[in-house]
Parts: sequence; structure tokens; C-alpha cells
Amino acid sequence: MESVLGRYRNLIILVGVLFLQVLGLATQVKRSGNDTENTRLIRIWVVGAITPFERGLVWIQSGTGNIWHNYFYLRGVRAENRQLKAQIEQMRLEQVRLSEDAAQARRLQSLLAFKEQFISRTVAAQVIGSSGTDLSVYIDKGENAGLKRDMAVITADGIVGKVLLVYPSVSQVLLINDPTSGVGALLEKSRLQGVLHGTASGEVVLERVMSDEQVPVGETVLTSGGDQIFPKGLAVGTVAKVGNGKELFLNIKVKPAANLSKLEEVLVLVEKQERQATAEGTVRERAADILAQRLPSLPEKPATPPDAKTTEGAAAGSAKPAPANAGPKPAGTTNAAPPQAARNPSGAGGVRSVSKAGEPAKTSSLTPTIQKTASTAAGTVAGSNLEPSQTKPSQTKPSQAKPASAQPKPSKSADSPSNSQPLSPTSSQPSSQPTAPPSSPPGSDENTPD
Amino acid sequence: MPITYTSGEQVEVYRFSIPVTIGVPLLALFLQAFVPLRFPRFAAYLDLPLLVTIFFAMARRNPISGLLTGSVIGLAQDMLGHNPIGIYGIAKTIVGYGASSLGVKLDVENAGARFLVTLGFYLVHAGVHFTVARGLVNMTQSWSWGHEILAGLANATLGVSLFFLLDKFKQRT
Repeated sequence: MESVLGRYRNLIILVGVLFLQVLGLATQVKRSGNDTENTRLIRIWVVGAITPFERGLVWIQSGTGNIWHNYFYLRGVRAENRQLKAQIEQMRLEQVRLSEDAAQARRLQSLLAFKEQFISRTVAAQVIGSSGTDLSVYIDKGENAGLKRDMAVITADGIVGKVLLVYPSVSQVLLINDPTSGVGALLEKSRLQGVLHGTASGEVVLERVMSDEQVPVGETVLTSGGDQIFPKGLAVGTVAKVGNGKELFLNIKVKPAANLSKLEEVLVLVEKQERQATAEGTVRERAADILAQRLPSLPEKPATPPDAKTTEGAAAGSAKPAPANAGPKPAGTTNAAPPQAARNPSGAGGVRSVSKAGEPAKTSSLTPTIQKTASTAAGTVAGSNLEPSQTKPSQTKPSQAKPASAQPKPSKSADSPSNSQPLSPTSSQPSSQPTAPPSSPPGSDENTPD
Repeated sequence: MPITYTSGEQVEVYRFSIPVTIGVPLLALFLQAFVPLRFPRFAAYLDLPLLVTIFFAMARRNPISGLLTGSVIGLAQDMLGHNPIGIYGIAKTIVGYGASSLGVKLDVENAGARFLVTLGFYLVHAGVHFTVARGLVNMTQSWSWGHEILAGLANATLGVSLFFLLDKFKQRT
């Protein structure tokens, strides 16, 4: 017997070690499927041994990269900065338009008592390593940063995955292209819903879409919110290929919006709020307002003591009706003059004006030349470009300011959408920010000097 | 490329210092986890912990030591992932045992022998991993001979270079 044991000792030990591992494997599978939570205490040893090095290397890498990019490699930054600023302007205009749509949607949702999810807090994290064997990555934030299991992980481009295991200072994120992941998704245009999961080869497929549906290649795939992990409407990717799948379903290959193979920084959604939509939070900024900030105005000049004529003009100007968007006001209330005009004292004492009544409203004060015209008109009939202290009603001379004619009629105020706010669909709404040029009230021809 | 048959007494048995015994497998695990962040295809084709397992097993020429080395490295590799622990452990235990048993019988010091042995053990490892993952754990797995052979060749090529590098750490018993 001993000789047998001695002869097959190696083999017996091999079988014993394999048996123990198979036993452990079976226990894990039986206990909770593929749930990794039960083996967390075992895994933490290896994770704790490997991730500090990864974190350190990433830190050194990013530090070196930052030094290079922030101090040495600044070629083309100015041009890029200009380009980005222009892009921001475009996006702000777009945002105004979208905000209107969103406000409308909120109003409609509030009517339906619709509940929606909002991302209320995110934690930025850096990817420091991968598992090396499956499709999961490690990020440098864990329990200490408030992360918990099953939190959604996204980038600016689209969704990435969910938090699978949380350790004190790192977390493991399961990517959406892993075969064990699952995401509720829908197609943007057709609104068809399906289940998104990964394949063994690392691709992402959308399943559970009936084969009699038409799904065009290139259609955007969004999260449906049905998985209770990802909020609805986040970008998932685009349809890359459509084929027949199992049974009566299509097999739709999706190209992920986020570059899953080269992740660097991600956001973890640590807090979601579900609240009933309200009609509050309407648009506070209009496209015209943005343009007003964007377009040039006349440079500021130091305040010079106005001569008598100027003072007269200024005083007369104080009788100018309030800016168009300030609503009809009696003369002498021009302390609500547009700041842009108020910044431009050059026109305060201007006595020449060739503008006709109503024309300043048609033209815009957003261009320097027109603004000058408007401000010179203000010098004679309006005081919109005066400092508030100069526009006291007491300074108004009845002979120069003709309140009756200076009072704008609301029906013909400069709020005309076609004139003062040509770019914004909200232009018919009064704005809290004065942007439109001072307009002469109808019938104010008599205020125009010869 | 001759693979010479030698007796157990003729082949040399090596040992390694403790820092090397612990540090090299850890470094292999670290690189296996870190490099795919920069080179995403790395993990699909190369398996550094497997190469380290084969090297230590062949150098020590002790089946028990080989299977234990494979077992520890494989389990550690499992722990970094999210799949059940033991899949890589089982595969690398078998590889460790096989490589050390082969090391007892064959002279695997030359490059050709190392290339063939690494290629063979990579395929054994892939086969065992596929069987265990699919058969025992019911994981979604795909098998492609083209991919596996290509990956085997890549590992064998890297293995030859790596083994010569790791030879520097050998200590004669």
C-alpha cells in the first residue's frame, strides 16, 4: 500500500488539489450563481496586492502626461481655445432651444404626474487596471468614496458598465460587453426595447427585439431605465449590424458609444433621484441674450462732464421709455436701461440722430454702428444709455421730454420677435435681461431733431 | 529542434530566492492586468501568468512544486476577475504538473524545446479552461482554433524570450 502511495504520490496530490478546487468552484456556483460578493474576502488579498502598484503607475503616468501637456506641449492651444469658445457659443444657443423643449416636456409630464429619474451626484474615477482575464476593470474609488454595488458607470460618450465589487479604495466595474452583463435598452427612433449584453468575443448585442421589426443600421441605442441601474436616455451606442437571432428575435450588434477598450476616466452615478416632473425651472436665458453677450459693443469711455446741450439731451433722454423688453413704462423710469447701453456713455450727450421712430427697435443695438445710432437717438429722446443716477425723473424737462409721445404703446413695443430677438423661439416672451435696443415709441418723430 | 531524452539524474534542478518566487508571479499578474489598459488585445492573446507557471515548473522539475505553483498563480488570477474562483486555478494546476513532469524527463533548456512546450501547454491550458468554464460553471465561452493557435504561437514566442530572461534568477541546488 505504501509503495503504491509513494509511487503515485504526485498524481494523488494533483487529484487532491484539483478536487479541492472543483469543490470550491461547485460551492460558489451553487451558492449564488456567479455572484462574486461571497468571495469578496478571498479576492481582496490579491486585489490589495496588485492595485496599489497599478494606482501608483497610473499616477506617475498621468503626472508625467500632465507636465508634458500643461507645460511643454502647448502648441495650438490658442487656436483650440478660440475654436472651443466658438463651440461653446453654438452649444449655448442649442441649449436654449433644448431647454425650451425640456420645459415643455416637463409641463406635459407634470400634467401626467410622470416620475423621472435625475442624476443628482456622480463621482469621477480613474481606471487603474483590468482583471486581465475577463471584461472588467478596476477604478480608483471604492467604499471610502461612497461607491456601492450595482451603481452605474458612464463616460461623457455613453454607458460603460456597473460596479460589481467594492473594496475600500478600489472597485471592480463590469463592462457592458461582458457576457454576464445585462442592460435594458431601446432604439431611439423606433422605441423598440431589448436587452443588451456582451458576448464571449467582447461584442455588444441587443436581443429580444422581434424579427419582424425594421432596425436600420446606425440607429442610436439608449438606456431604457428598465434595469434600475442606468437612468433612462443615456447613450449606449449605435446599431452596427442586424441579423437573425435565436427563435423569433433579431440579433443586433451594437457599437458601444464609449470606447470600452481604452477607458481612462469614468463617472459613477452614486445618487439618483426620482421625482415628479414640475413645470418649474423654465428658461432663464434666451438666444438673443447670448448673442447680446457675444457680439461686440462700443468700448467704454471715461465719463466726461456733459455740456449743457448734452445735459439737456440727457435730461431729455430720461424721458425715453424703458427698453422694449422692460415693458411700457412712464418717462423717467429709464433706470432700467440696458446695461449694454449704459456702458456706452458716448451716446449720452449725442444730439444728432437720424433715426426714425420705431427704427431702433427694428435694428439691433447688438452691432456697434446701429448701437451708436440708437444711442444718439437716446441722446435726444431717450436716456437709456445714461447712468441711473442721471435718469431721475426730476431731471426731466417737460419741454424736452414729451411724455405723451415718449410713452410706448405696448402693442407696438420693441418686443417684436422679428426685430429684437430673431433667433429665439422664445422671443415673444418677456425677458428679465434687457437686450433689445431702446426704441422710439410710435409717433415719436417729433422727438427726432432735424 | 531536438528534444533530448534525459534521465532525472542528468537534468539540473534549480531553485529560486523567495523574492523571485513571490515577485515574478506578482509582476506577471500586475502586467496582465495593467497592460490591457493601453493595449486592449494584449489579454486576448498573451497570458503572462501561464508563462511564469511553465517556467517555474520546468525549472524546479518537481511535480508537486509545479502543481502548487500553478494552483496559486491560477487562483490569484481568478481572484482578479469576477468569475468563480478556480477556473484558472484548475487549468494552471494541470499545466504546472505537466510542465514539471515533462521537465523531469526532457531537456527543455533550449529555445526550440521551450517554444514547442509553451505552445503545447498553452493549448492544454485553453482546453482545460474552456471545459471547466463551460462544463462546470456554464459560462458563455467560444472556441476558435485559429485564435487559440495564434495565441499559442504568440505566447510561445514571448515565452522563449522571457525564459531566457528569467534564467538569470536561477540558483543551482
